[in-house]
Amino acid sequence: MLLLLFALFVLSVLYNTLAPVQRVSADNGNSQHVAEGKALFAVGCASCHGLNGEGQTTDTIQGPSLIGVGPAAVDFQVSTGRMPMARPGDQAPVKPNRYSEEEIAALAAYVGSLGPGPAIPTEADYSPENLTDEDLARGGELFRTNCSACHNFEGAGGALPNGKYAPSLEGLSGKRLYEAMVTGPQQMPVFSDEVLRPEDKRAIIGYLTELHNRPSDGGLALGGLGPVSEGLWGWIIGLGSLVGFAIWIAAKGAKAK
Amino acid sequence: MSEDTGASPIHASSDHHGHELTEADEARYPVPDPGHPEHLPRLADVDPKAADRATRQVAFFFGMVPLLAIGFAVVYFAVPGDWFFDFGPLRANARNLGLGLTFGFSLLFIGIGAVQWARMLMSDEEMVDLRHGATSKPEDQKWMLTELDKVVDESKLTRRKVIGRSLLGALAFVFVPMLVGLADLGPWPTKKKRAATIEKTLWAEGVRLVNDVTFEPIKPEDVEIGQLINGEPANLKDLEGTEFITQKAKAAIVVVRMDPNTIKIPASRSDWHVGGILCYSKICTHVGCPISLWEQQTHHLLCPCHQSTFDLGNSGVVVFGPAARSLPQLPITIDGEGYLVARSDFTVPVGPSFFERDSRHDFEEGDN
Repeated sequence: MLLLLFALFVLSVLYNTLAPVQRVSADNGNSQHVAEGKALFAVGCASCHGLNGEGQTTDTIQGPSLIGVGPAAVDFQVSTGRMPMARPGDQAPVKPNRYSEEEIAALAAYVGSLGPGPAIPTEADYSPENLTDEDLARGGELFRTNCSACHNFEGAGGALPNGKYAPSLEGLSGKRLYEAMVTGPQQMPVFSDEVLRPEDKRAIIGYLTELHNRPSDGGLALGGLGPVSEGLWGWIIGLGSLVGFAIWIAAKGAKAK
Repeated sequence: MSEDTGASPIHASSDHHGHELTEADEARYPVPDPGHPEHLPRLADVDPKAADRATRQVAFFFGMVPLLAIGFAVVYFAVPGDWFFDFGPLRANARNLGLGLTFGFSLLFIGIGAVQWARMLMSDEEMVDLRHGATSKPEDQKWMLTELDKVVDESKLTRRKVIGRSLLGALAFVFVPMLVGLADLGPWPTKKKRAATIEKTLWAEGVRLVNDVTFEPIKPEDVEIGQLINGEPANLKDLEGTEFITQKAKAAIVVVRMDPNTIKIPASRSDWHVGGILCYSKICTHVGCPISLWEQQTHHLLCPCHQSTFDLGNSGVVVFGPAARSLPQLPITIDGEGYLVARSDFTVPVGPSFFERDSRHDFEEGDN
């Protein structure tokens, strides 16, 4: 009997030390955070996205469901001032952000608790450090294949139908670029980590950083917008000065009478 | 204008046969010719000081040209190639900028000097120089024909006709090599040839859909609603060079996932998608630009070239722009390992229209 007790004791000790720890708990230590986020959500977001983030698609004020968009979407939208929107519309323009970092983290924790979605990326995910030239070239190829249709070949942004636009990517941090790719804000499609792998995203971020930090040696870059700004200069400055010369050649000078 | 120089209005001068027109031609010239404005002398014509000033200006512009040319040579040799001129938004290689400015201004100054010379100093009296008919005088024509006859006679062409005929044959056949060379422009587009080239892509039953650039295959559970994938067929990877480019250009696809409850899927295409994952050709049906400007909320795919817009939530029908035909959809399913594969090639030729294209099988709004 004693031996059996001893064996049971040894077994339980062994189990407790060797078996993997599995914490089964609905509270992962940030329920306080989530509660704060819920309170903030009710004030700033619920009028469009519904009291529980379920979205509204029938009312006059509409907002998509936030279940499953993940903390990354909240961090992207609120940190850049896109959300809360000043008024409903297709385009959510960037504006000064009124939330503190803690408030954004609380909102993100609350929306993250609604359903599984992309987490806020860490420095290691988006840092363009230690990328080789091959990675940058591949990032460029990926950028031109997947992003340049809307954001322009230099990342200068571009027009979309009905007054919407794809914003310029110049000066954006790697974190924002990563969050945008993984969440697909507004009209932008999603580029999930399973399909466009994290190393592909990092290569794209590295390419953009390299592209925007490299000095342009070709004179006036005119915003890198291609035919739009170049045409404007050609027509206004180029043709304008030719017209000026033509007027000067044909003008009658001062007469002696 | 002085009384003696060309005060005569045009309709009283001469017609194209050189005859004087005496009476007013009301039908052709209903408005009387006002004639030339009165000629006024310029300042430089009457004031020697002004003329000297203009001379100095012209000489200045011409005189700057040698200095600029010497400046060009100095910049060429003295400015190192790695110096940069950095001023606000303008950043340029100092040598290139210097060479361009010196040479450009030297050309410009020659022009400005010449124009100023003509404007200020050269005679500016208005004058009329009448045009004559284009036909030669009859005696000249007669002389030309006799000369021609003489030359033909001297060349012996009339007596030794075989020379002329063989020359004609030579000139006709010398173009044959050039015409044969046109075969390099491509094969003759017979029905069989078209079916094997322009109307066929790499897609076939069981060919996996892979990411462009990375060639990673795609699992449907990894594709989220609102996701866009720029894809290619997996068998593209085996090709190289021209063949790779040709096939890539035809087989490019966009894969998108939409909530199946928010889109229209016709009965005939109910088994073409995998849980709302739809696959379309990436080549615009207007003039063949690659399109991937997709708005995930409206499901519209916009071509950046001419703004043709296709509704991917409605079998790719055209909702705006110059494209005349729906975007071809690729029927897809999943293979044994759970990856997205094509069920066949595209059912209609992809890309822009061509003359022989049979466009009766394209999807149209309202088809089911």
